[in-house]
Amino acid sequence: MRIGYYPGCSLLGSSREFDESVRAVSKAIGLELVEVPDWNCCGASSAHVLDHRLSLALPAKILAQAEAAGLTEVLAPCAACYNRLASARAALEADPAAAADVAAIIEMPVTGRVKVVNVLEVLDRCQAVIQEKTVAPFVRKVACYYGCLLVRPPKVLGFDRAENPQSMDRLMTAAGAEAVEWNFKTECCGAAFSVTRTDLVARMSGKIVADAVRHGAEAIVVACPMCQSNLDMRRPEINAHLGGNSQIPVVFITQALGLALGIAPAELGLQRHMVPALALQPSATV
Amino acid sequence: MSRIGVFICHCGENIGGTVDCGKVAEVTRNVPGVVHSVDYKYMCSDPGQNMIKEAIREHRLTGVVVAACSPRMHEPTFRNAVAEAGLNPYLCEMANLREHCSWVHEKGDVTTEKAADLVRVMVEKVKRNHPLQPIQVPVTKKALVLGGGIAGIQAALDIANAGHQVVLVEKSPSIGGHMSQLSETFPTLDCSQCILTPRMVEAARHPNITLMTYSELESLSGFIGNFKATIRRKARQVDEKLCTGCGLCTTKCPNKKIPDEFNEGLSTRGAIYVPFPQAVPNKPVIDKLNCTFFKTGKCKVCEKMCPTKAIRFDQQDELVTLDVGAIVLATGFKLMATDKFPEYGYGKYKDVLDGMQFERLASASGPTAGAMKRPSDGREPETVVFVSCSGSRDRAKGVPYCSKVCCMYTAKHAMLYKHKMHHGKAYVFYMDIRSSGKDYDEFVRRAIEEDDVSYIRGRVSRIYEEDGKLVVMGADTLQNGRPVEIRADMVVLATAVQAQDGSEQLAQKLHVSYDPYKFFAEAHPKLKPVETNTAGIFLAGACQAPRDIPETVAQASGAAAKVAALFSKDELTREPQIAVVNRLPAPTFSYCVGCFLCQSACPYQAIEQEEIKGRDGSLIKTIAKVNPGLCQGCGTCVATCRTKAIDIQGFSNEQIFAEIMTL
Amino acid sequence: MNSAPHHSSHGETLKAKVEQATGVKLNHCYQCGKCAAGCPVAQDMDLTSCQILRLVQFGDPAWDRQALQSEGIWLCLACETCSTRCPQEVEVPKVMDYLRSEAVRQDLAHPRSRDILAFHRAFMDSVRETGRLYEIGLVADYKLRSRHFLKDVMLAPKMYVRGKLPLLPHLIQGRDAIKRIFKRTLGSKP
Repeated sequence: MRIGYYPGCSLLGSSREFDESVRAVSKAIGLELVEVPDWNCCGASSAHVLDHRLSLALPAKILAQAEAAGLTEVLAPCAACYNRLASARAALEADPAAAADVAAIIEMPVTGRVKVVNVLEVLDRCQAVIQEKTVAPFVRKVACYYGCLLVRPPKVLGFDRAENPQSMDRLMTAAGAEAVEWNFKTECCGAAFSVTRTDLVARMSGKIVADAVRHGAEAIVVACPMCQSNLDMRRPEINAHLGGNSQIPVVFITQALGLALGIAPAELGLQRHMVPALALQPSATV
Repeated sequence: MSRIGVFICHCGENIGGTVDCGKVAEVTRNVPGVVHSVDYKYMCSDPGQNMIKEAIREHRLTGVVVAACSPRMHEPTFRNAVAEAGLNPYLCEMANLREHCSWVHEKGDVTTEKAADLVRVMVEKVKRNHPLQPIQVPVTKKALVLGGGIAGIQAALDIANAGHQVVLVEKSPSIGGHMSQLSETFPTLDCSQCILTPRMVEAARHPNITLMTYSELESLSGFIGNFKATIRRKARQVDEKLCTGCGLCTTKCPNKKIPDEFNEGLSTRGAIYVPFPQAVPNKPVIDKLNCTFFKTGKCKVCEKMCPTKAIRFDQQDELVTLDVGAIVLATGFKLMATDKFPEYGYGKYKDVLDGMQFERLASASGPTAGAMKRPSDGREPETVVFVSCSGSRDRAKGVPYCSKVCCMYTAKHAMLYKHKMHHGKAYVFYMDIRSSGKDYDEFVRRAIEEDDVSYIRGRVSRIYEEDGKLVVMGADTLQNGRPVEIRADMVVLATAVQAQDGSEQLAQKLHVSYDPYKFFAEAHPKLKPVETNTAGIFLAGACQAPRDIPETVAQASGAAAKVAALFSKDELTREPQIAVVNRLPAPTFSYCVGCFLCQSACPYQAIEQEEIKGRDGSLIKTIAKVNPGLCQGCGTCVATCRTKAIDIQGFSNEQIFAEIMTL
Repeated sequence: MNSAPHHSSHGETLKAKVEQATGVKLNHCYQCGKCAAGCPVAQDMDLTSCQILRLVQFGDPAWDRQALQSEGIWLCLACETCSTRCPQEVEVPKVMDYLRSEAVRQDLAHPRSRDILAFHRAFMDSVRETGRLYEIGLVADYKLRSRHFLKDVMLAPKMYVRGKLPLLPHLIQGRDAIKRIFKRTLGSKP
């Protein structure tokens, strides 16, 4: 099985472990990732604030490049990239005039043929293989945190459900975990305010950490680099705000599943977290 | 020989201001067949009508064309005038010079020419008109009322008191409907069952009313005055003649875990049950889906215990066919359930209730005998939040309309709560307050001013559970959209009023129109609120649109009045412009070849089959026949007929072609 | 007779511009407040989403200015909670995006938008130059623009030792094409 792959900028840098774990898990389950050639940044949260047409053009260029390389589907692990690519694709499909405008801007055709999927969808498709190859069930209580961009706006993305989504919970349950029912699965972590309004991130991400802990979670599982960064890298600010010292680790879904598949923690980048996560590895292999 | 009289009306300035009526009258005099052509200011006035009558006598007219407004306005006026002068009224037609000419064109020669054309077209038609007689159809003076809630009960009582037989059909085991579930009613806070049960009993005891509970309409055929309704009387598994209503069986049933529908799932009942203590009839019913005997073959405790041996496990459904003349639809509404709200917990929070569940909680005959106890742990809720407009006025949820009654019942709920728990805190999140009935606004003000209910203007974005409390995330738009978070013990959602389940199927059985939300459609939104487009079927209550009890009762009486008017005659008169299959002498008998395309095309199922037999009884051919009681004269059959054997009286093919050819 | 099927707002009101640019029909908003009720940053906004929509919906230039000058529009992080729950299906984030760019165009942007804008501009500068985000470049650019020189200074070494801070930018091959894309859209906006 092969699929187009769009890592996105954060997977090359501050969320390198997401890229590492996606690749490691894909290799283990026989999924070939074909990277979109010479891919550019999708514009993330910044392009749409500054210029609407730019925010459509950058994703359109990526998809055009994918199509030119013969790809029909692109996996974008980063939730923001996934959302930007899918939203731009939908907006251009709905507005032929805008599509023509963007095609002229990027000097490439805008066809809408290439579909965009997120990491949860792809993992769900490979569920049988993952089950088969699980050697060390991830027996822990986890709070699955989806964030905003994987499930909203529901009419554009058409993925899972916008309130109390279940796809990640199902994946973790199948891997042996107990996915706790908690209240902040889709509350915003503070997103791009990480640098400019760290005070808001402390409060918003703080609520998420507190609720996960309150519901008995031993780890928070995420599928978005921004969320991971806010919940992990900004933990000192969160702890200061909450007046505590929470050390609950925050791992990517592919890291948790990777551990269940018996992949070594170093290959999954588990050592790269700010809040130590190495304790999550299985103590003995089955 | 045709002797047509033409009367052109100025209609004040409406026609005369744009069309040169004198000129039209002059030109029309030259049309072959026209012997009299005049114009006048107001043809519909008494002098105008007298002009027509005199002209008929003086000029021995064989047909009349009145060129004036739309026939929908004055056709009956002129036809009556013509009939008074001794001419068959169907020999009078109108040419519409107003809506079809003067009101849509500018003044000028071309417009006057068009008016003359319109008149000439009608003259050609009238030359080919035949005298017609209205059709008389007998009326069965028995009414069928579908639905035994307050609407159905009221309609049944009014029709019965007018001296006619009524069959009242209700699908649940008892009549009473949603009103029997309410605790108190606004704006008087009357105990709902106290004011309802006398009516229920009256309906059951009325000599003219036959009650069929635990029954549903199976099928319907026929037409106004002459319906044939088949009712399925579902098997109660109890012989009603032997049962005394002692209730022993209901206490002995071992299977007690079934969610009680009457209490909206807040309590449980047995498999053999009476829905509520004041049920009419007060006879139990066995819920076959959940009864241990029907599922596994073991038990029958109730049968053993029954002192009069009234339990009958072998009882079967019974199909009863009735001849009725009119039907009143009073099937009521349902409330949207709490599981339709993803942002409020998908229905999984036990302490998030809908309006009807709160009614049961507050009711003295409810699961807590009226005490305020929250369903999850039985504790008294110190803080209750009421959320108006839950699901209503919500395009995203597919319910853009307002459910009308929630503002009032929310105020009522808040007041009932405060009356039972003086120290409790009640909040209402609202968008608007719609309290337009008599004493209604004062009622809401009472909640705010005297009972200290806190009203916050804003919608609730999300409700979730934390540490045994329900966190309600709302906003106050009168304070800049300021977020307001309340940690409540219980939440009551005023959910949307929707059409009953099965409304669509019922409407299709009855050939009654319904709107996109499956509410039954009235014949005219302003002037015909209790009639449907299907002659003989009337509407009462919330099955047509969300409404409160006073309006429901008024509408039910209105429907009953229509039925009584229908039954006041022994025969019904119908317009004769209906389809007719041509008949010829032997050996042809008819141009109809019996293909029956018309039968499948007819939207009113008005085409029947007629066998033509020889003198020896052998079948010669089967041809189509139109039922004059059902046919609405739409002409679809005429269009489909390959041999042109079927035609509309008064709108024949020949007439229409003559009209076209004269242009 | 030739008449338009709907009376749509024409003319130069902000409301008309919003509708033109985003397709969002502001008349649909009935100020129920559900957006503000679920907005994670509503408590920090001077004017909440509900208020901002009302100001623009009204069609008065003074009210429009008030909306454009607010800090609230800069705090929206496009989490889409509001649009997901809005009973009238109003796409609030699209309106916010437009109001932000209009505020910049009319030079009315709230003073506290400076840092937020600085961040986004720094981000896009990096993308314009290399085709991808160069995190060190982003931070350096942001600090220069915002003058918050000491912000997160302790974070960089922590990230570096964990291998999360590449020292060199990734340069894509099609950089010229990217520059052209920028020229045609963001143009010479600072």
